[in-house]
Amino acid sequence: MHCRNATRLMSEAQERPLSITERISLKLHLIMCSGCHNFKDQMTMLRLMTRAYVKRKNEHHE
Amino acid sequence: MTRFLNSAENLLADAAFLEDIRRQMIKFATLQLGDGHLAEDAVQEALIGALKNASSFGGRAALKTWIFAILKNKIADTLRYKQRVVNASSLLREEDEDEDLSELLFDRKGHWQQDERPVAWGNPEASLRETHFWSMFEACLERLPPKQARVFMMREFIELEVDEICAAVDLTISNLHVLLHRSRLRLRECIENKWYLQGERKNALP
Repeated sequence: MHCRNATRLMSEAQERPLSITERISLKLHLIMCSGCHNFKDQMTMLRLMTRAYVKRKNEHHE
Repeated sequence: MTRFLNSAENLLADAAFLEDIRRQMIKFATLQLGDGHLAEDAVQEALIGALKNASSFGGRAALKTWIFAILKNKIADTLRYKQRVVNASSLLREEDEDEDLSELLFDRKGHWQQDERPVAWGNPEASLRETHFWSMFEACLERLPPKQARVFMMREFIELEVDEICAAVDLTISNLHVLLHRSRLRLRECIENKWYLQGERKNALP
């Protein structure tokens, strides 16, 4: 597993459940790679940000 | 109760309120549709729908939430029909750019380039309270290539399921995964460069 594939799996995990093999190889990669570990947290944050952005747009000026 | 019902109707008859909400809707719709005319149409239809049923809603906040819910549906409909007009040359250009993105971010073995490795984002929740943060976020969204922007917004703004998006924009599931992956790589990089590497701490201090 390299970083490009790891980021692809972390992105896809937001659309589909990963297989057990994918989950294990991703987990092993994340233990060794701080960049991808940060990427994982940031995918969660990105979704949170987008939801907050839409909410903010809808409620603006209230 | 009757007073509330009347107030919703009054709000929609209130030119200033209507103009204000219309402006916000246009901005919201333009961002998602990437086309001013389509946005105008979607907003127009949403407002007409709202006017027809205004009496069933009470209060400014409820009315506004409801109008935006109608607008989101209109936008989803428009996006479903719009994809067939994506022209081939802009698609090709978009794919070239993404070759560059991948080379920029990863080395030949697929590992992060030294200076592209994601850093930890300090206190992201605090950022969400910053007005500056949201202008930056919007600027990053606007910099996404059109096709990526479209599927990203269908997925994350309108919260459509993967099969709905594929049917709407005529993509295979694996193409959609690729586009969403690229859009997230880009957006993440943009946010990191424009916010977290530019003194987020300074911005976020009370």
